[in-house]
Order: sequence, then C-alpha cells, then structure tokens
Amino acid sequence: MTEILGIAFIAIGVLFDISGCIGLVRLPDVYNRIQASSKCVAAGTSLIIIGSVILVGTAAAAVKGGICIAFILITSSTAAHALAHAAYRSGLKPWTGTIVDKYQEDTDKEAVS
Amino acid sequence: MTFFEPVIMAAFMGLLVCCVLCLYRIARGPSAPDRMVAIDILGTVVVGFIAILMATSGKAYLLDVALVWAMVSFIGTLALAKHLAGKGLND
Repeated sequence: MTEILGIAFIAIGVLFDISGCIGLVRLPDVYNRIQASSKCVAAGTSLIIIGSVILVGTAAAAVKGGICIAFILITSSTAAHALAHAAYRSGLKPWTGTIVDKYQEDTDKEAVS
Repeated sequence: MTFFEPVIMAAFMGLLVCCVLCLYRIARGPSAPDRMVAIDILGTVVVGFIAILMATSGKAYLLDVALVWAMVSFIGTLALAKHLAGKGLND
C-alpha cells in the first residue's frame, strides 16, 4: 500500500515537472517563462521528495525531506522574484501582447509625485 | 514489487526530458534572463533526480546532497540576478 502511494506521488511530481519545462520552452517571453516554470517545478520536485520519503520510510529521510521541501518552496519563489525584477531593471521589454504593466505604472506615479 | 521498477524508470526518463528542454532553452535563449531562468529550473530538476535516486538505493544521506545542491543553485541565481540588475554584490 505504501509503495503504491509513494509511486503515485512520484508520478504526479514528474508530470508537474514536465509541464513546467514545456512552459519554459513554449511561452513567448521571459516573464511568462518565469511564471510558468518556477511554480510548477517547485511543486513537482516537492511531490517527488514526498514520494521518495514514503518509499524509503525511515525517520532520517523524513526529517531531511521536510527540510529540503521547505527550502525549495522558499528559495524557488525568491529566486523567481529576483530574476523578474532584475530582468525588468535591465531593460527587457515584455511581450507585445501584454495587456497590463503595473510595475511601469507604479514607477511613472512615483516619478510624478 | 513487480510494477516498481518500470515506473521508476519512466520517472527517470521524464526527468531526462525535463533536462533536455531546459538545455534547449539555455542554448537558444534570446536574452540573458532566459538562460538564467533555465539554469535555475535545471537545478531544481536535479534535486528531484537525486530524490528518486534515494528512493531506489534507500540511502537517506543523498537528501543532504540534494539540499546542498539547492543552496548552491539558489546563491548562484541570486548572484547572477544582482549582476544583471547592474549592482555590485554588496548592495
């Protein structure tokens, strides 16, 4: 029973990873790619670690797996935020089909006031 | 135990497909931030690889390797982002 549960977690995690990497290849500009890939791959890798810990089933693996999942969930979003900020600051324009650009509006408002 | 091995092999193959897609984006990326995003994602995919390796071998110390890999990948990404924004590493 535990084997089936662990293998199901690993399979779902790998599907999440593949969908995130397909988004990394297919989407049009760097902000869309950050948005698609960072969340999907962080969630998929967390599910893979949960499945592996269930398959191994020792206390040491559970503790280390918990630390690893917490670290990945914190650092993946932080790194994605820093990358998007740096890409905007370096002058990379969003895709031409972009509807709204709140960051540009905020900087304009600060420049006026 | 009969269906255990093929599913694990399929998971390895799926993660290899992820690595190939990330390498494609690193090679073709039109700008520097595209390549940096792909490098960050590749680091996270490798952590999943090490976790599946731990499940097949049953050695819990491999998760230490995964944790250190995630830390090094995170610090490298932050340093590259600082460099791209045109700042030094100390501000």
